[in-house]
Amino acid sequence: MSVSTDKPRSFQEIILRLQAYWAAQGCAILQPYDMEVGAGTFHPATTLRSLGSQPWAAAYVQPSRRPTDGRYGENPNRMQHYYQYQVLIKPSPPAMQDLYLGSLDAIGIDTALHDVRFVEDDWESPTLGAWGLGWEVWCDGMEVSQFTYFQQVGGHDCRPVSGELTYGLERLAMYVLGIDHVMDMPFNDPQAPIPLTYGDIFRQTEQEYSRHNFDAATTEMLLRHFEDAEAECSRLLAFEPADPNSGKRIIMVHPAYDQCIKASHLFNLLDARGVISVTERQAYIGRVRALAKACADAFVQTEAGGWRAEVTA
Amino acid sequence: MPDVLIELFSEEIPARMQTRAAEDLRKLVTDGLVEGGLHYAHARAFSTPRRLVLAIEGLSLESPTQREERKGPKVGAPEKALEGFLRSTGLSMDQLHTHEDKKGAFYVAHLTKPGRPAPQILSEVLDKTIRNFPWPKAMRWGSGSLRWVRPLHSIIALMVTEAGAEVVPLDIDGIVAGNTTRGHRFMAPGAFEVSNFDDYAAKLKRAFVVLDATERADIIEHEIRNQAFALGLELVEDKGLLAEVAGLVEWPVVLVGEIGADFLSLPPEVLQTSMREHQKFFSLRKPGNGQIVRFVTVANRETADNGATILQGNQKVLAARLSDAKFFWENDLREVANVGLSGMAEGLANVTFHNKLGSQKARIDRICALAREIAPLVGADPDPAETAARIAKADLQSAMVGEFPELQGTMGVYYAKADGQPDAVANACKAHYQPLGPSDDVPSEPISVAVALADKIDTLTGFWAIDEKPTGSKDPFALRRAALGVIRLVVGNGVRGSLNSLAEVASVIALKQLAYQKRLYAEFRGEGAGDGAAGGFNFDHKYLEDSTFQLHVLRVPYREEEVLASTDEAAWLCSYEKPAIVSADLLAFFHDRLKVYLRDQGIRHDVIDACLAMPGNDDLTLLVNRATALSDVLKTDDGENLIQGYKRANNILSQAEAKDGVEYSFGADPKFAETDEERALFTALDEAEAAIAPAMAKEDFATAMAAMATLRAPIDAFFTATQINTDNAIVRRNRLNLLHRIRAICAGVADLTRLDG
Repeated sequence: MSVSTDKPRSFQEIILRLQAYWAAQGCAILQPYDMEVGAGTFHPATTLRSLGSQPWAAAYVQPSRRPTDGRYGENPNRMQHYYQYQVLIKPSPPAMQDLYLGSLDAIGIDTALHDVRFVEDDWESPTLGAWGLGWEVWCDGMEVSQFTYFQQVGGHDCRPVSGELTYGLERLAMYVLGIDHVMDMPFNDPQAPIPLTYGDIFRQTEQEYSRHNFDAATTEMLLRHFEDAEAECSRLLAFEPADPNSGKRIIMVHPAYDQCIKASHLFNLLDARGVISVTERQAYIGRVRALAKACADAFVQTEAGGWRAEVTA
Repeated sequence: MPDVLIELFSEEIPARMQTRAAEDLRKLVTDGLVEGGLHYAHARAFSTPRRLVLAIEGLSLESPTQREERKGPKVGAPEKALEGFLRSTGLSMDQLHTHEDKKGAFYVAHLTKPGRPAPQILSEVLDKTIRNFPWPKAMRWGSGSLRWVRPLHSIIALMVTEAGAEVVPLDIDGIVAGNTTRGHRFMAPGAFEVSNFDDYAAKLKRAFVVLDATERADIIEHEIRNQAFALGLELVEDKGLLAEVAGLVEWPVVLVGEIGADFLSLPPEVLQTSMREHQKFFSLRKPGNGQIVRFVTVANRETADNGATILQGNQKVLAARLSDAKFFWENDLREVANVGLSGMAEGLANVTFHNKLGSQKARIDRICALAREIAPLVGADPDPAETAARIAKADLQSAMVGEFPELQGTMGVYYAKADGQPDAVANACKAHYQPLGPSDDVPSEPISVAVALADKIDTLTGFWAIDEKPTGSKDPFALRRAALGVIRLVVGNGVRGSLNSLAEVASVIALKQLAYQKRLYAEFRGEGAGDGAAGGFNFDHKYLEDSTFQLHVLRVPYREEEVLASTDEAAWLCSYEKPAIVSADLLAFFHDRLKVYLRDQGIRHDVIDACLAMPGNDDLTLLVNRATALSDVLKTDDGENLIQGYKRANNILSQAEAKDGVEYSFGADPKFAETDEERALFTALDEAEAAIAPAMAKEDFATAMAAMATLRAPIDAFFTATQINTDNAIVRRNRLNLLHRIRAICAGVADLTRLDG
């Protein structure tokens, strides 16, 4: 394991150390996906790339939005916008657990002093039609990461299996830095000429989005946009693979998947607005899942998804 | 005889699966070895979070040699037949023997199947066991196709003899069996070799792994009790948690921490549930008042600072968790203070109970009306019973129960008391769910009994009305449990009354409620107020709109004008005329459950049938009293033999009646009696009748049955001494009429013809 047992001093230092660590393990360090998603798993670098036979190793920060979790910036550790750190390696390496433990060491968690445990937690995403087995990782009784071996995504068996890690960055950082309220957490170095806390950056936005998500977002518009996204996703996937302009085989999986992501986020907003009943809820989740599944079906027909021209030709 | 050591070393196995998996490993491997012709003296299995282990002692070295003489074709049989025989046996002509029997000479192959060495058999058995292991959920990893609960890393497979240890040849998708393992993930991660089970267990312990889950649980419990004792506290027992925690650690280290003073005012159930569910902490309480004041966490390692960092971290996490719980508790209390518990219950209008049976509020309205009806039968006043029913499920709307569903009812009691309700009403919030299972306590406070019965009977009649009955093993709404609950509540409290009429009342309430809601909805639509999305109705709109939707098995008329005239739904539900419908099917369901219940109490099914055939069989208390008395009397010598006498009398009488085409039912006269035994029977019957009639009037079945049993000796004596079918027609008729008296007396107590034997 690495030697950086000195404590990080800020939120961003923890992120930077994770980036450096996973880069050193050979992961491609990607940037966040430029859309509203509920979790890092939604990034196509995880959802789509976990499908098919092509090897993959990527790590990235993903800003994530859960409209129902908004607390106007008052709750010490609950927000409608937060960051996840996501690692996906396919096929999952035999030493995946050790690699993970190395990352804890990299951010200053000395496993000789702490009690790190792998506690059963099966992961399932009804909207992605995905499931896997793994653990939540506890450090001194606190959940610091999710660790999952993907078994199915979009209704497809994962072959090979991807190993996925998700770190809830705020919670993890608060723990490492010894902070009780997320808004008090130093975002950059506290010794910097202009020190900024998490609250300096996000308190106001939490208030604004909480009000928006719970009370102001126009539900008719959201419903309409949901329908639009749903229709567009299906429409894009219905095109013939042969592109008349380029003469190439181009299946528009990612543009279609963007619409699936949109539909998912719109559903979350509608949920926060309280206009979805218990019975409707299941129906909406089913509709998003149908989109995710259609995208997965399409992705495995592309080269990144393991499709080979010569095999079919 | 060799010993065997197997270790399957993997990433962390879910705690709840470990014990079962160890047992499965033991069974599958030993069964496979025995099937392969080996025998063994003893086998033990162990589990830790990272390993399944099997130790077998005294395995045989090889399977026995098997010899077989296989009969072949006759000498001189066609060439083809002989060739086929040689091919199937793998022998040549000169290896065959010829035998002779009375049909002539024929070929015989002497076949020998040599025994196979144990390692070879073990290797095959392990391969099969590992590839087909019955994990509740298994997974693949990396590029492989092997399935295990989590990635499998290494295998120890050793045969140990006096000559030393030998690795069993085994390669499962690239995992080659060997003789090495690893210790504790953090405290001793290095690999080491082992030579036999004792060596393995000892080296593991040096590498900070306690192999035996029972030993780990003992260490944990013992250490907690010691530390609790030193603090003057006691452990809140939790066997389930102990077993789980023993499956989360290989090297248990018990740490006791303080619960922040801010949280000590929370109800102990809240503290314990929050700590157990979220953190897998044990609770320590003060012996006197039961207040929970410390938590116990079990770490998986020792540290240089003796767990100080670990404890500090856990304390912090707990504080965050309990802050949530405290927020819920205070929020709920504030809401109860503002709107009362009945106000909290109003929100249940938005929670669907079942789409055809309306919201939880609709359900509660029905339970309220039914609880009023049941109250007098159980010695409760209708008003507090209705109040209790109204608030009994209000806590489902509380933030605390939203977070911890298992605290439903428990929180209700706290909130009802905070709401100023008397204890008898408050307690019903928890007690009305009971009995939750066959071994759960049955409530006895009258108000709780009324609400508990109303709740369960409403559920049963409701699901019967929409034709959602249990079938086979499917019982998604736990209706069997509800029926057993009704039985235990009725019998346990000696509640008297017709279950049928209660079920009818419940059905009528449900139907009237639907009618009322339909009327409101029609009015609402008539006013052009939209599609009802904001109407706050207690039923799904599509059912309120559908003019044909009825609770379909019910055919109870209600007066349309009465529905239209009423403005108070709750009052209207409570006022009705009793209809004359019989829910025979539901009663039969109760009787089936009752049979199961009584069988568990040691009462035979034929005894229950004999009592079910009697009138008043929907009065469960009466039925059970009768069955118990009959069962008891049948255990006596007199009782058992009386049945023989009774059946003999009944058979003779039935045959005579069939033959003669008349009923012998009247006029047995002692003056035609010819024998002493016959006269004695007359006397005995007179005496028994005199004793039975008043006992039956008091429903004192024990006395009645005891009196009935006294007839055994006179009946036996009568049959021994007397011939019924004599030539004297008058005497014969008199005797048949006498037999009728036996039948009549016994038939008034139970239908003894239904008894076996």
